[in-house]
Amino acid sequence: MDLIVPLGDEVLDLVAGDRVTLSGVVYTARDEAHLRMMQDGIPFDPVGAAVYHCGPVIAGDRVVAAGPTTSARMNRLSGFLLDAGVRALIGKGGMDATVTEQLRGRGVYLAFTGGCAALAAARMTLEGVFFPELGMAEAVWAIRLDRLPLVVGIDAHGRNLFAGVQARAEAAVRP
Amino acid sequence: MDPSLSLRIADATARAYARAVTTLPPDVEAALGRALAAETDPVARGELANILANIEIARTGGVPLCQDTGVPVVYVTLPPSVPLEQGLYDAVAEGVRRATSAVPLRPNVVDPLTRHNSGDNTGEGMPAVHVRPGDRLSVTVLPKGAGAENMSRIEMLLPSEVARIPEVVVGCVLEAGARPCPPVVLGVGIGGTFDLAAALAKEALLEPIDEMDPFETSLCEAVNRLGLGPMGLGGLTTALAVKVRRAACHTASLPVAVNVQCWANRHATEFVEVV
Repeated sequence: MDLIVPLGDEVLDLVAGDRVTLSGVVYTARDEAHLRMMQDGIPFDPVGAAVYHCGPVIAGDRVVAAGPTTSARMNRLSGFLLDAGVRALIGKGGMDATVTEQLRGRGVYLAFTGGCAALAAARMTLEGVFFPELGMAEAVWAIRLDRLPLVVGIDAHGRNLFAGVQARAEAAVRP
Repeated sequence: MDPSLSLRIADATARAYARAVTTLPPDVEAALGRALAAETDPVARGELANILANIEIARTGGVPLCQDTGVPVVYVTLPPSVPLEQGLYDAVAEGVRRATSAVPLRPNVVDPLTRHNSGDNTGEGMPAVHVRPGDRLSVTVLPKGAGAENMSRIEMLLPSEVARIPEVVVGCVLEAGARPCPPVVLGVGIGGTFDLAAALAKEALLEPIDEMDPFETSLCEAVNRLGLGPMGLGGLTTALAVKVRRAACHTASLPVAVNVQCWANRHATEFVEVV
């Protein structure tokens, strides 16, 4: 399925394991940006938005490299975004049971392949920046995507692909 | 140090850094290709296809494979004609600064407590420079990203616990889960001391990954039985390779260090003409 932001109820039909693409403007945010947005407010329209866990390399007006960072660091920092209407969190490595519950009936977690910063950058155009004083890695960058290939890691019905794989791995060593 | 030699070392460091972050060693790319050929799970196949496409885009565009361009770990060999002096360390640091602005690299190096970012990927003790004697002057740059480095561990086993070594290696990967960007490469240091085991584990990552001895193969197979797969989304290949380096140790010790490396097992070597 080809998704376009702003996202709506179509995300509720997605199933963990589905492969999708995403187009349109998304917003990068790591730890510092989340803390800042909790304090000062969300600087973009959050309704139907997608937030990308990413600290890119930017040169001038160009996205040089922009792969995903570890989403689990944002496990305790994401509820306010979903409450405000954000429909998709994008990152790598998955998120915990708390976020899985927060996504229920509202949105999805989309996994992008870790380390694939050049592939990502090849499908990105820089549109703007919020909180530039946080520095290159931690600022909120507005980036237009052109069909970024993603996997539904956590769907809106509590299915978490990462948790299932991890549980099977644990069972394999502790039978 | 002779100023022109210093310049050549800085230049070689910058070139090795640039090459390391934009192109993968052929043995690593080949291992990823074999993982894709063997994989049947559609999600895992998609992840590996993304990785191989990413490698191609980075190579042809001369852009970093990953936005985490790492911290600089540098291995230098010095021929007998070149004395070991402070100028060598300064030249390597200069090369790191140049690569940071030229490639560009993400400025990753910060003070450990204040978290102040130097902006140029150098700082106290950074770059980490390891010097050995050799026939030629060579500079090898191993940029180490944090996602995988943070999952590394060391255990001081009892001498009677040799049979627990596979459990340490597999347990490390299990606990890491999706976080180190699997399929990983594991450097394992066995023996020596607390610090030497960790150093050996990191150096093991420089070895070719297209060959493993029977012990390394058995460790790799044990890791792959976890089924974590590419990016922890499930699949056949959780580790591309396990490389082991050993050192003699105290009769009362058995240090085992596991240095976790992401699929982007980046390293590149440049040689410097001495005369």
